Amino acid sequence: MKNHSQWESSLFELIRRTSVDLPSDVEQAIKRAYTAEPGGSRGRWVLETILENIRKARNQDAPICQDTGTLCFSFQVPVGFDTNALAAVTRVAVAKATRMGYLRQNTIDTLSGESCPTNVAHGSPVFRFEQCARSTVDVRLIMKGGGSENAGRQYSLPDDRLGAGRDLEGVRKCLLDAIVSIQGNGCSPGVLGVCVGGDRCTGCEHAKHQFLRKVDDRSEVKVLARLEERILKESRLLGVGPMGLGGNATLLGVKIGALSRLPASFFVSVSYMCWAFRRRGALITTKGGLKRWLY
Amino acid sequence: MAILSPRRLIYPFTVEQVYSLRTGQFVLVSGLVFTGRDRLHKYLYEGGACPVNLREGAIYHCGPVVIREDNSWKVRAAGPTTSTREEAYLPRIMQEHGVRVVIGKGSMGRVMAKACHSAGCVYLHAVGGAAQVLADRVVAVKAVHFGEQFGLTEALWELEIKDFPAVVAIDCRGRNLLQRVMNSSARARDKLLESGEKVVS
Ligand code: SF4
Repeated sequence: MKNHSQWESSLFELIRRTSVDLPSDVEQAIKRAYTAEPGGSRGRWVLETILENIRKARNQDAPICQDTGTLCFSFQVPVGFDTNALAAVTRVAVAKATRMGYLRQNTIDTLSGESCPTNVAHGSPVFRFEQCARSTVDVRLIMKGGGSENAGRQYSLPDDRLGAGRDLEGVRKCLLDAIVSIQGNGCSPGVLGVCVGGDRCTGCEHAKHQFLRKVDDRSEVKVLARLEERILKESRLLGVGPMGLGGNATLLGVKIGALSRLPASFFVSVSYMCWAFRRRGALITTKGGLKRWLY
Repeated sequence: MAILSPRRLIYPFTVEQVYSLRTGQFVLVSGLVFTGRDRLHKYLYEGGACPVNLREGAIYHCGPVVIREDNSWKVRAAGPTTSTREEAYLPRIMQEHGVRVVIGKGSMGRVMAKACHSAGCVYLHAVGGAAQVLADRVVAVKAVHFGEQFGLTEALWELEIKDFPAVVAIDCRGRNLLQRVMNSSARARDKLLESGEKVVS
C-alpha cells in the first residue's frame, strides 16, 4: 500500500485511543447513572469506582479493562478502494498495539489452546467493509470483552417458556428475560444491542451494529424508539444494578434495530456491551492522514 | 441499604474477622492474596501440592497483566475474572486448604453458598473491569508460582494489596446477595409482564 506508514500510525492511534479512553457519551451516561443511585448505596460505590477507573486509564495511558476484547473494525471506503491492503495494514497496527501493551495477548488458537502473541490470527481482528460513494475512509472500532460477549442471547419466536408471540410484546418479553438472566454478569451497567428479524447470523451482527450508535440517541423508527425507552425504564425497576449487586442502574441504554425475515423465522438477537464500552471512530483520507475523530 | 463505612479486612483472615461480615457490606481488603484461575483450581481440586499456605488466606480470581521492569514485577492491570467457572472446584479447595476469603466477580449459586457456610468463608465481589483502580491497590508482587507450567495469566501470584475494595456477596451464614437480587428481579419482571400495558406496533 502507498502511504503505508501514514495508515499504520493513524490506525494504531485509533486502537490506542479506543483501549485507554472511553467515548464521552458513554462516560456521561455512567455519570448520570452514578447521580441517580442513592448516596451510600452499593450501586453508587461501584459506579464511583468505575468512573475513577476510566479517569485513571486515560491519565495513565493504560487499558480501561484488561480484557481488551474482540477487535471489530467497520470500514466504509470509497468505491474501488483496495480493502485487502487496508486489512493488511490494520493487522500490522494491531500487532504493534499488542507489542506496546495497549492490547492484551488475547487470542487463543481454539484447537491447540495456544496463545497468539500478536492478536493477528484466523478470524482476528474482525473486519467489515462497505463501499460507498464517498471520498474519505470512515473507520470505527469496537473492542468487545469476553464477559460481555458471553452474556448474549438469541430467541426464536414464538417462545413457549416465555409466552412470547411474534410481535413487539413478544420482543419485550425476550428483552426482560435477557436482562434478568444476564444479571450483572456482563459487567453491568451496560448497553443492550438488539436486532428483531434477520437470520441467526445477520441478526447477531445487526444487534452488535447497534453499538455504533451513541448511548443517548433514539431509533429513527418510532415504534422501536418507544420500545427502547420502555425497556430502559423497566430495567431500572428490575433492580439488578451495577455488577448485579442491586440498584437502579441496570442498563445505560437499549438500542434496537430491525431486519426483514423469512415467513418461517422470527429471531430476537441480543448482544450485551459492558460499561467498558470501547468504541471509537475516525475519518481518514485515502492517503492515511487522520482527518477528524468521530464520537 | 445504606453503607455506613467500609469494614477493613486484614490478612491473616481470622475466623472472628470473617464471621462478623454480612452480605451487602462494603469491605477494604489488605495484606497478602493469592491469584488463581481455571488451571490452578483444577490442579488443586485434583490434589496437586500447593506451594503456598492458603490457611486463613484469600484466593483472588484474577489473571493480572504483569510486566518485568528493572528486575522486578510491575502490575499493569488486575481486575477480577468470572468466578462462576470455579464454583464446582471451590468447596473442596476451601475445605482442604482452609481458605477463608474468595475474591472475584459474577454469580455463584447454592454450591458456593453452602461451602461458605460449612467452611466459614466469604465470597467478595470486586468491580469487574476496574483494572486500573485495582492495579493501583496492589502494592507489591511477592512471588509467582507455576509461571511456566500454567502461563503468567493463569499463574499463582502472591500479591500484597492495600485497601482493595469489594462487596460481601456471600457471607459465612451462606446468605447470597447476588441470588437475592436475581430472585427479586425475576419477581419484578413477572409483575411487569402481568400488569404492564402491552406493546403495540
Ligand atoms: S465484561 Fe467488559 S468490563 Fe467486564 S471484564 Fe469483560 S471487558 Fe472488562
